[in-house]
Amino acid sequence: MKFGILINEGPYTHQASDTAYLFAKAAIEKGHKIHRVFFYHDGVYNSSRLTEPPQDDRHIVNRWQKLAKDHHIDLVVCVAAALRRGIKEENLQEGFRISGLGQLIESGIQSDRLVTFGD
Amino acid sequence: MTEATGGIEMEEDTSGKVKKFLYVNRKAPYGTIYALESLEVVLIAAAFDQDVSLAFLDDGVYQVVKGQHTKGIDVKNFSPTYRALEGYDIEKLYVEKESMEARGLKESDFIVPMKIIGAQEMADLMLSQDVVLSF
Repeated sequence: MKFGILINEGPYTHQASDTAYLFAKAAIEKGHKIHRVFFYHDGVYNSSRLTEPPQDDRHIVNRWQKLAKDHHIDLVVCVAAALRRGIKEENLQEGFRISGLGQLIESGIQSDRLVTFGD
Repeated sequence: MTEATGGIEMEEDTSGKVKKFLYVNRKAPYGTIYALESLEVVLIAAAFDQDVSLAFLDDGVYQVVKGQHTKGIDVKNFSPTYRALEGYDIEKLYVEKESMEARGLKESDFIVPMKIIGAQEMADLMLSQDVVLSF
């Protein structure tokens, strides 16, 4: 099955991004495809290159980056939500790209299931 | 890439495919940004010619209440935008009856005509959709 993922909450404060990651990983292991992860609302903070968690903690941003690279997942950050929150190309982690909400709608159209993570 | 279609070239392979999209709004219009950013998705989505419905439940019913005044909290009153939805061919707007009644609201309190449906009917509506986005 082809999945699209929507993440609506920032890292660390909220479990949404963690759960989405674990879901994506499990789905891939089962042979499904994740074609895109779309970051919206505070979810855009999951793409900040400036993120530096303590050494003994998971690195949520880099974890997405690696999963995306290994499995060709398109990581898209909403431009309007990002600019509102100070996320720009200059502090965007490699492997993510900034684009418009149309990418979310397209994901809904093209995937078999669009799964939302957030409140 | 154009502003109106949110970074999508419309010639990509979404053309011709029509799915049923339901936007579920559960949160009060102010206090958090969810309602405003949900509306931004709806407006962008309109360019994709999909079958769009909006549902308002829980405190989300306050999003479409008439006579919002936000000057005191220095936040933009975005409720007039709901009146513009008709111009985007978004005409299927639903309010859950139980949520409305629990908050002492009635049909005439809304900024645009809403279809008032019960919780069971709302559940059926959700079940009939291809994509449900809850904000």
